Amino acid sequence: MNIKRIATLAGAAAALALASGCSSGGEAEAPAASIDPQTFTDSLFAVMSSDRAVYTQKVVNRLQNDEKVIKASEHFEDDKALPLPAQMFRFGSEMVSEKTDKFSYQLLSLWPINKQNAPKTDVEKKGLEFISANPGQNFYADEELGGKKYFTAVYADKAVAPACVTCHNGHKDTPKKDFKIGDTMGGVVIRVPVS
Amino acid sequence: MAGKRKTVWLWAFWGAFTLILLALSAVTMAYGGPRQLFLIGRTSDAHHQIEMACSACHTSWFGGREAIETGCLSCHEEDLKNSKDNHPAKKFSDPRNADRLAKLDATKCLTCHVEHQPEVTQPMAVTLPGDFCVACHAEVGEDRETHKGLTFDTCAGAGCHNFHDNRALYEDFLEKHVGEPAIRKVAKIALIDWHAMEADMPRPEPATLPDAPASIQADAHVMTDWLGTAHANAGVNCSGCHQPQGAGAGNAASWIAKPGMAQCATCHSGEVKGFTQGKHGMRLAADMWTSKAGLFGLIKDEALGPMRPELARLPMKQKAHGTELTCTTCHQAHDFNRQKAKVEACATCHNDEHTKAYFASPHFKLWQAELAGKAPEGTGVTCATCHMPRLLERGDDGIERVLIAHNQNDNLRPNEKMARAVCMDCHGLGFTLDALADRALINRNFKGRSSVHVKGIDWVERRMRQRGETP
Repeated sequence: MNIKRIATLAGAAAALALASGCSSGGEAEAPAASIDPQTFTDSLFAVMSSDRAVYTQKVVNRLQNDEKVIKASEHFEDDKALPLPAQMFRFGSEMVSEKTDKFSYQLLSLWPINKQNAPKTDVEKKGLEFISANPGQNFYADEELGGKKYFTAVYADKAVAPACVTCHNGHKDTPKKDFKIGDTMGGVVIRVPVS
Repeated sequence: MAGKRKTVWLWAFWGAFTLILLALSAVTMAYGGPRQLFLIGRTSDAHHQIEMACSACHTSWFGGREAIETGCLSCHEEDLKNSKDNHPAKKFSDPRNADRLAKLDATKCLTCHVEHQPEVTQPMAVTLPGDFCVACHAEVGEDRETHKGLTFDTCAGAGCHNFHDNRALYEDFLEKHVGEPAIRKVAKIALIDWHAMEADMPRPEPATLPDAPASIQADAHVMTDWLGTAHANAGVNCSGCHQPQGAGAGNAASWIAKPGMAQCATCHSGEVKGFTQGKHGMRLAADMWTSKAGLFGLIKDEALGPMRPELARLPMKQKAHGTELTCTTCHQAHDFNRQKAKVEACATCHNDEHTKAYFASPHFKLWQAELAGKAPEGTGVTCATCHMPRLLERGDDGIERVLIAHNQNDNLRPNEKMARAVCMDCHGLGFTLDALADRALINRNFKGRSSVHVKGIDWVERRMRQRGETP
């Protein structure tokens, strides 16, 4: 592996703990060993995608679609509803950004409801197209943004429950109305700054 | 030789003079003095009252812009959070926004709001050209048919969008309120009938006998005034306000003759907090000092002190000059007449068009009807109804209570903030937004109809019909 792509990620273990919700905010001890960026982002994605699937399936889909107890809404406070799974993910991403700059992540799509979530950089575009055309594969690349270098990984974000497809297909701002369960609806883009 | 000596003396004099000037400047900045000399331009309407408390914004000598940002957030962070800020800094920290931040650094308050720049300062203390939205939203015309051809200086100016607070302006909210009538069938303050859960509320015994020390001689009306208040009814005796906590009721030594804001805050912390965040009380907020004790006692501590009407930039009545604004300025002492505080107290000082026009407005007629008992409580509209609205707030004890907002500037920044908290209790959203967008109508205190129409709600309705939905 190219030595430049090996980021010495001080606090990587702490960051993983952060993503899994294990951290209580205290200072974590520095890890004894380094971790390569791809292993780091793969691990982060494992946590993110699992948490996301749990919220979508066990909370939103169960309570909204199956048991019809409460709805999920973009305006969850006004509507006294559950946050949408995409919001849950974004809120986490924003909170992480306030805690660490060792990685960042976004949920993007080639068919975004909010146009601000469309791919912007070349790597985002290539990555989202790659994971859509190659199910089961991830996309990795180096990119430079604002004068800083990043290892960027793009992972498929799939429809894991009926709530995903019914909401997206029926939304007034959706550019695509024929999603099916199991489809790649977008991608999780994780960036790690590398020196 | 003599010329050379003269030159040396001149240099020495110049050096000494410079050092003395630098020392005096440093002392003025650090401790106090003629600080107005350092004002590099007229301060904005928002901050002019506290401009002599330099450290309120310039939180550190060598902290640069970051130190000023800290100052901004120390006063405005909570408000931004409560506003469901659409553009919080955390939204822009992702590296994918690097190109956007290079054009417009939306993570910093100072990108859009620079103080002491009167030539370029616009409403909401914005110092950027009004079309700044284009930096990130240039393609909106391609996404929204309704937005094609619109210029970017109309985003906020047309009553459609705000940078921070869009709680009354977002599309789904407009959808919910399409086609509402100008005046609702039941037009009254929504929270007027709200009461905390009976079981949650502490129920102290009413106070009937004053517990002031025997040496305190009060005017005859004081007892009558106090017995008629909610204070007496809730068991708040003389000692509740006139004694420090824990001092005991009959202690003449610790008796506070004129209780101030700190005593009120013992029970009304939410109201006092709001008061010190608005233009009535911001000079009384913590750390608003204009002079700090130092230099071996040569300089004494001096706070900004309470606001006085003659310091305001809005027109104020001459006879009110010199009045110091504290809790009792509007509420008086002992009788705490809430009716007076809702209109009379305001009109004692304020002398602008909007205030004067109130007494010929439909809102005032409603208030008169309520006062006369001809209309139910909550149907009258006072100054306080709109500028100091009732809000629900959960206290540290977990009990949700009605809080009277005492930051009367909060829902004017910008004025669409007033729509949900106040106007929509009685009016439809479309009517409300039109009224709030018409400056002349505001000056007439809403007498007549708006000559401005905010088109956003029409566009939302059109989109609904295009989707086959019935508004």
